[in-house]
Parts: sequence; structure tokens; C-alpha cells
Amino acid sequence: MTAYLLKRLAIALATLLLASMVVFAVLEILPGDPARLMLGMNASADQVELLRNQMGLNAPLALRYLHWVGGLLSLDFGRSYTYSVPVIDLVRERLAVSLPLALIALALSTMIAIPVGLFSASRRGRAGDTISMGAAQLGVAVPNFWFALMLIYVFAVWLRLVPAGGFPGWSAGIWLALKSLLLPAVALALPQAAILARVTRSALIEVLNEDYVRTARAKGLPYRAVLWRHALRNAMIPVLTILGLQFAFLLAGTIIIENVFYLPGLGRLVFQAITQRDLIVVESVVMLLVAAVIAVNLLVDLSYAVVDPRLRSRQ
Amino acid sequence: MSLLDIENLSLTIGDTPILKGMELSVAPGEVMGLVGESGSGKSMTALTVMQLLPHAARATGRVSFDGIDLLAATEDQMCALRGDDIGMVFQEPMTALNPVKTIGEQVAEGIRWHTKASRAEAEDRARKMLDRVGLPQAKFPMSRYPHELSGGQRQRVVIAIACALKPKLLIADEPTTALDVVLQAQILDLLRDLVAESRMGLLLISHDLAVVTEMADRITILRRGEVMETGDTARTLSEQLHPYTRQLAQASMHVPARARPHGIETGRPLLQVEGVTRDYAGRRTSLFRRAPGIRAVDDVSLSMAPGQSVALVGRSGCGKSTLARMILALDRPSSGTIRFRGETITGKGETELKPARRNMQVVFQDPYGSFDPRQKVEKLVAEPLHVQDKKPTRAERREMVAHALHEVGLDQRDMDKYPHEFSGGQRQRLSIARAIITRPKLVVADEPVSALDVSIRAQILDLFAELNQKLGIAYLFITHDLTVARAITDEVLVMHDGKIVERGKTNEVLDHPQSEAAKALVSAAPDLHRAIARRMQEQG
Amino acid sequence: MTLHIDIPEETLGSILAKAFRNTAFVAGFVITLLILAMAIVSYGWTPYDVTKLVISDKTQAPSLAHWFGTDHFGRDILSMVMVGARNSIAVALVAVGIGMGVGVPLGAFAAARGGLVDEALMRLNDLVFAFPALLSAIMITAIFGPGAVNAIIAIGIFNIPVFARVARAGALAIWPREFILAARAAGKSSTQISIEHVLPNIATLLLVQGTIQFALGILAEAGLSYLGLGAQPPMPSWGRMLFDAQTRMVVAPWMAIFPGMAIVVTVLGLNLLGDGIADILDPKSRRQR
Repeated sequence: MTAYLLKRLAIALATLLLASMVVFAVLEILPGDPARLMLGMNASADQVELLRNQMGLNAPLALRYLHWVGGLLSLDFGRSYTYSVPVIDLVRERLAVSLPLALIALALSTMIAIPVGLFSASRRGRAGDTISMGAAQLGVAVPNFWFALMLIYVFAVWLRLVPAGGFPGWSAGIWLALKSLLLPAVALALPQAAILARVTRSALIEVLNEDYVRTARAKGLPYRAVLWRHALRNAMIPVLTILGLQFAFLLAGTIIIENVFYLPGLGRLVFQAITQRDLIVVESVVMLLVAAVIAVNLLVDLSYAVVDPRLRSRQ
Repeated sequence: MSLLDIENLSLTIGDTPILKGMELSVAPGEVMGLVGESGSGKSMTALTVMQLLPHAARATGRVSFDGIDLLAATEDQMCALRGDDIGMVFQEPMTALNPVKTIGEQVAEGIRWHTKASRAEAEDRARKMLDRVGLPQAKFPMSRYPHELSGGQRQRVVIAIACALKPKLLIADEPTTALDVVLQAQILDLLRDLVAESRMGLLLISHDLAVVTEMADRITILRRGEVMETGDTARTLSEQLHPYTRQLAQASMHVPARARPHGIETGRPLLQVEGVTRDYAGRRTSLFRRAPGIRAVDDVSLSMAPGQSVALVGRSGCGKSTLARMILALDRPSSGTIRFRGETITGKGETELKPARRNMQVVFQDPYGSFDPRQKVEKLVAEPLHVQDKKPTRAERREMVAHALHEVGLDQRDMDKYPHEFSGGQRQRLSIARAIITRPKLVVADEPVSALDVSIRAQILDLFAELNQKLGIAYLFITHDLTVARAITDEVLVMHDGKIVERGKTNEVLDHPQSEAAKALVSAAPDLHRAIARRMQEQG
Repeated sequence: MTLHIDIPEETLGSILAKAFRNTAFVAGFVITLLILAMAIVSYGWTPYDVTKLVISDKTQAPSLAHWFGTDHFGRDILSMVMVGARNSIAVALVAVGIGMGVGVPLGAFAAARGGLVDEALMRLNDLVFAFPALLSAIMITAIFGPGAVNAIIAIGIFNIPVFARVARAGALAIWPREFILAARAAGKSSTQISIEHVLPNIATLLLVQGTIQFALGILAEAGLSYLGLGAQPPMPSWGRMLFDAQTRMVVAPWMAIFPGMAIVVTVLGLNLLGDGIADILDPKSRRQR
């Protein structure tokens, strides 16, 4: 067990380290001088050089990398060129929108997908299965931002139940804030739920063909009891894998969805920062998102060990 | 009155008829052996009784158990019967247990389900049952997971599950086919005792006539879904009135006609293995430590003369397949040398190995897995020609493949077919054709007939014997089946825990084994002659 | 985790016969063919010229003259959907080609060599997987400038580890087979074995993954061009059309409905095709029927 844990942890840390190098290197080769960008076209070469020195841009590459990583580790992400505020403050503010959004979407997707997958697998080949899998097939094909537009049209423009976009802030009251996150969360969650439901169903059906399911049936357990007691846990591994991958999808999905709904979240922040060449914001937020993905994947690896005793006892 | 009564049972799956007018009965406390070759419908008979058939299956006729009409029973009624009054043991112990549940949970589950006993009570009964099947508390606590157990131990757990509630009828479908002979004997003993203790009826399904003869009071012989003969085991097999019964019995005991084996040729030996050891590194337990490694083959030396036929026998996991791979230069020894026709082959690269590869070929166990399903026979059989110095032209290649196919009794037109168009026995012929196309001096055959039905097995053994005589090919047969060793080899090497513990003339070793390992193998091996004789004696 | 591959043992004829009895396959095949035909026809003919702005016809509802209505510049939406199909298909298809072309050899190589090479390649894979694909695609297109070519590269790069993983898992399931041992005993090198025996046996697996990635590529391209990072105006693209529609939802909902439907139908068709192929070729899934 410890060997497995240590190995996964070591891999996660190594990946994180490599990722930080990649992000740093990519932004390093980007065209455009940040100092020039900050001072504008009219600044003299001397002024730019002075600022470059102040910003530490003239230090050797390795040193600058170490400085940057050190900053990340101490949560000092530097100052945004465009907003002229510490990046950490920006991130904190935007995370208050994006994190609840992603979590609500993930919860929604899981709560829809797993029961539908179970339902479908338990009545394989019957009408209920065909209908729910047909719906899932359709759901997989729907781009989330188009689905978002349709939701806006129906629920905001037509029925006027929820706002079409924008975010009033948590200070406006939890209910109002949640209300404005509802459509975006649904738009993010449903296509993901469709994928997850299909994976759940096929994982269950695969497991239901295993020999040990026959052994359990030969014990006298009815089909449903076998599904719950024997198949579900064994089917969890592929489901967890997809759940981990979906977290990355959800994070990326927020970039588009936040744009559709004009939500001041992390995704919108990074998108705007890229177009405005606010590199310090880009590298910090990208690193944050990458770290989140790696952490979630580590969590998934660890949960494999909880589900599957073979991994736990592997010597 | 019978416990189980099957009358005029017919079964179809989709449009394929599986059983036709099947008749079978099992009395309380009786052991009924159901024998047949693959595809005869024996497993489907078991699944019909359990009502666990695939969806597309349709059964007609009458199956009554203890007065209940099983074909008309509802699913709820069947659930009440399964695991309580009817238990079942399956063929494949490695996959029959749920990998994420402890063995205790899996045995207790059925007990709780049927008796509504409390968890503690059920676990107590499960514990007793595990003790009874030979998995004592001290070594096998209830918290063990299936992957921590060997195949034989897992089969004991499956038996514990099936017998936990002392069913009236136990169905065992090839319960020992996946195990080696020594484990087979142990599991059969266990089944016999359990059945006697609680007067269970046992329906024992097997392809192995010897196993059934040792176990069963009565026997039913099935062929292509139809009962050929049914009756008292000893009488049926000693009289062999029905032609199919006779055919099966003779095939089971078949010994190919071989002229005097090639005299031990003088001159240099064909193969010399000297002090060969193979270690496998243990798994890493932490970043800096490894579990102790496994020594699969331990200081083995042997030598073979040209044209000689040698058996390498041993229990599963004794290292015989690892040794074979090293001889074939598919794996490297940790130490020691292997010489083939005087040339050292250990540590050589593929290019230097070419002459050796030309002269040694391999036949595998699984006639289904040993061909790439995407290629045609011509390409597959010609694959070893790859090592020829001069690449044959296409016409020459077809000529050589045609010749090889002819030698193994296949038609030369078969070369344009895909492997799936052949039966298991034919595929094994293809395997042999591939092995002899380069006219090798040595063929290593890893359990070449153990996946085949007895009648096919007899034919393949004949083919091996014939080619040995005709082409003077030496064989190294790797097998756990002593009947095969006896049928076709001159000399036998007994392997145990990575070492060769005994060697000698085949008949001498098998009739008078000296080492413990050889004795265990010989006494556990089912033997039809012996089994019939014993049955006759018991009945006087 | 190990992957189990059942190799179907059939001839082309019997597979085809089975294919045309499989509803998912037929539906997917027909839809995909129609979309492809639509894209090809658009090169020679569209109902209206998509580059010509007719302000007098702006935001007209669907009618006999304009089946899908017109946009805010008076362009015919049906014509734009047809031309947009080209772009979506080209981007997704080339991206799949990049992913397969690089990923499959890498995965097969990793499986054949094992040990450190395998470990290193797989860790590299993990690294790419750690970057949310769309985020990185946005970065790449933003850095190198928006446009169809950069969108292809951005999507293609993230297809590489997917195919590498699938190819490796498939190859690992094939390598322990006895027929591979037989080929090794015949003296074939691991490269020869990979090409002759491993790749043909995992081809169906790759084909199925190919249709999935194709569908995902269509979605990703739409997302990128929605953000303004895909094909640039005046070249119509489905994602861009949706962006233009967003602010005009109240007056011209058809501007959003039809391009979106085009995406849904295309992706649905490809997914059905993939499901159908998997169904036909995987004996296990057949058994469930």
C-alpha cells in the first residue's frame, strides 16, 4: 500500500515539476516584451531597460525560473500588468466563482449519471435502457456552449426564470449568486453526465459478464442484488478514471461557459489575460489549473486503492 | 425417487440446437458423472438446472428437482433454490471469486441471504465451512482476498460457497480442469468427502473419463447434445457396449504405435543445458527495497540426443515452461549456459541465433491463441522460413507450405484459409506444420494436447509419433499429464520447485518413482485402467 | 489495468453483412456520409454566396427562400452551415491524423520495448494529460495567432497521448499471446512483430478511437472558433456563427439553432459510427444482444 502511494505521489510531484518547466518555457519564448507592454510604445529604451531590471527579466533563465517557482510556492504570484493588483488577489476573487461552478457541475453530473447508468444496465436491452442511452448518445454530441445558449433562450429569454448572464457576487446573497450559477452548471454538467452514464453502463455490463457474477447468482442472489453488491464496486474503476478526466474537462469547460454567461471566473480571467498578453496572470492561473488536475488524478489513483484490494496489497 | 430428474430436455440457443431429448437423473447421495467432449452440451445441462442460461436460450421438456418443475419455476423460486438446495462449482477458480470482497464475506453472503442469520452467526458458519474445506483460520483468516490465494485454494473457497448450506444437489462443472494433477486429486477427495458427509447428490461434469470413473456411481455419456449411454460406471466402462463409449475409452488410453525408438545416437548431444538458473526480481516494496526474488529455475542441467523424445513433467509453477523458453532463446538465463548442436546460444543476439532458430521450433498449448487471426495459413505456416539464409520465392514458399500441410494430414488448399476456419485439432496440426517447415532437429512442445478432446488428442499424438519416426525430430514435451508422457516419450525428467529431481526411462520412472515429487505426480494422476479395476474390485 | 481484446475471427464479407444489420452503424454511416457530401458540394455550389453581404435581407426568419434564415449581414445560414462543415471536418480530420500518426507508433514502441522506455513515454503522456486540452489549445492559438492551421495543431497535439495510450494498452494485450511467441521463436524482431502482428490486431480499436477523437475534434474546433481562435472571417465556421448569434438570440434564434444542430448531428453521426464499428467487431458486445 505505502509503495503504491509513494509511487503515485512521486509521479504526481515529478509531473508537476515538469509542467512548471513547460509553462515557464512556453511563456519565455512568447513574442513580446512584458516591460515594453507595460510602459507602452512611447517609452524610451532606457526606461524599458530600467523596468526590465526591476522586474528581474535580465537575470539568467535558471534563476528566473527558481524565483518564479519560489514565488508560486509562497503564494506570491506577482502583480498583474493589466489589473495592477497582486495576481493572488485576482485568483482568490475569481476562484470564488469558478470553484463552486465546477463543483456544482461535477456533483450534478455524477448524481445524474450513476443512477442512469445503473438503471440502464439493470434493464439492458429493454425500453428504459434504449431511451436513456439514446438520450445519452445525444447528450454526448451537444457542445456545452450551444446547450448554454439554448438554456439561456428557454429559461432566461423566454421563461425569465433566471438571469441570462453575469454574477451579482456572493455579497448579494447566496440565493441570488447560486441562481446565476445554476444555468452555467447545468450546461457544463449535462454533456459530461451523458458520457459518464454511458461509461457507467458499459462498465457494469462488462462486469456482469464476469465469472464471479455467475458465482454470486449461483448463491441465490437475485440479479438486482448482484448488481448492487458485486458489480457496482468492480465497475467503479473505469467510472473513477472518467470522473478524474472529466475534472480537467470541466475546468477547461469553464473557460467557454464563463464567456457565454459573462461570469467573472478563472476561465474568463485566463482567456482575457491571454488575449491581453498579461503573462504573469496566464502562467499563474495555468499552473494552478494544472496543479488541480494533477491533484485530482492523484486522488483518483488513491481511490483505486480503496476500491481494489489487489492494489493495496501489491508488494 | 430421484433428486434430480431430467426428461426429454431439448435446448436451443438462438437457432442452434444444444441438447436433444436429454435424459438424466441423480438420486440423493449419488454421484452422477456426465461425460462428453467439448460442445456436447454438458455445461449447458448444468446451467439449465440452475436456470442461469443465456437470454437467447429456450428449453423444453421436464427438469424436476425434489418435486419442483424447474423449467416452470419463477425467478424468485429459483433464487430460493440456488445456493440453498442446489450448489454449483465452476471450472475456472481464478475468476470465479469477486476480487474486491474478502473470502469470508463471499462465503457468508449466501448463508445470510438464505437463512436471514445475523452477520456474526453467518460469519461463524462461514468460518466453520472454510475450516472444513481445508482453509484453517490460522493461515486463511476470513479477511483474505481472493488474489492472496492460489488456484487450488480459490477452488476450495468456491466449494465452501456451494456447500455452505448443505445443498441436496451439488453440480460441479469441470471443477479440476484448470488445476494440476496433484491439486486435482485433493479437490476430488474433498468433494467426495463432502458429498458422503451430508448425502448430497453430485452431478460431476467432466471431459476426463478417468476422473469420472474414480468418482461416479453412475455415468451418462453425452455427444452433440444426445445421451449415448447411461448406466453403472464400472459396468458401462468395462463392457464398453456402445461404440462411442468404446471410442472414448480407447482414445483416453491411446498409445501411438512407435517402432523402436531411435537408438541412442552416439556423437555430440543435440541439446546441453548446464547449470541454468533463472531468477525473477521481487517487486519493489518501497522506494529502496525489493521483496526477495523468485528462483523459477534452479541450477538445471540436462542433455538430449538427436531424435530422442523427452518429457519434462511437473506440477504447475514448477518452472518447466520457463526452462522451455530459455531453451528456445525467448528468455535469458540468469546464469548457466545452453548449447544447441554444440553452439552456445545463451547471450547471443537475434542475428547470431539464426542457425539455431532454423533447427528448433515450438508448438504451443492453445490451438486458438497460437495463430494470428488476421493472417492466412500460408503466411502463418511460412513464418519460420524468415530465418532461412536465402529467402524463398513466393512459388517456393507455397510449395514448402503445401508440403508441410500434407505432412500433417491437411489439404494444400487449406493454405488460403484463415485459422478460424479450422477446428481445434486441425489448428494443432497447423501448429505442427509451422514447426516442421524448416526441418528442425528439435521441437519443443508446451502442453501440446492438453486443450484437446480425447479423440483429437489421440490423433495428434499419433502425428507426433509419426513425424518423430519419419523425420527424426527430437521432442521436448512439457506436460503435467503423465498419460501423454507415457504415450510418446523415451525419457522423462521430473521437475519440482525449479530443480530436476528425477530422470530416467519413461516407464521406469512412471512405474517406480523414486523422488517425493514424482511419487506425488504418479499417485495423483487419474488412470482409466486403474480406476476401472478399482471400481470392479469394490463391487466384487 | 489490463485490457482484454477479443480478436474477431471473420472475413471482410461477413463483417460487412453484419455491419448493414447494425442500426447504429447504418445510421452513423449515413449521417457521416451526408455531412461529408454537404461539405464537398459546398465547394461547387451553395444556395447563396456566403461572402456577399445583403443588408436588406438581414435576420430573416427561415422561409422557402432561406431554409435556415439569414444572419445579421443577410447571409444565408444554410449556405454558411454547408461551408462551415468543410472547416470543421478538415480541422478534426487532420488533427486525428496527427494524433494517430505520432501517437500510435509511440504507444506501440512503448509496449514493444517495455521497461524504462515505456515508463518514460508514459510519464510524458501523463504530463500532456495534466494540461486541460482546451486551455492549452487556447494558449497555443493565442500565442501563434488564431486560424484554422493553429487550431489543427493545437487539437492534434492533444490527440497524440490519447492514441499513444490506446495503442499501448492494445499492444500490451496482444504481446503475451502465443502467436507473438511463435513469431519470436521464428526470429522476428520486435519492430517486425509490431508491424505484422500487433498493429493489424489493434486496428479496430484504433478505428473506434479515431471516430471518437474525430467527434471530439469537431466539438473542440467549434469551441475554439466560438472564442474567435479558429478559422477567421469571412470564412464561416460553426463556432463563430454561434458567437455571432449569442447577442441576437432574442430577435433571431435561428442563427443559434441551425449551426448548433449541425454540430450535434455531425458529432452524433460519428459517435454512432464508432459505436457501430465497436459493436460489430467486438464479439463480447455482440454476446449481449
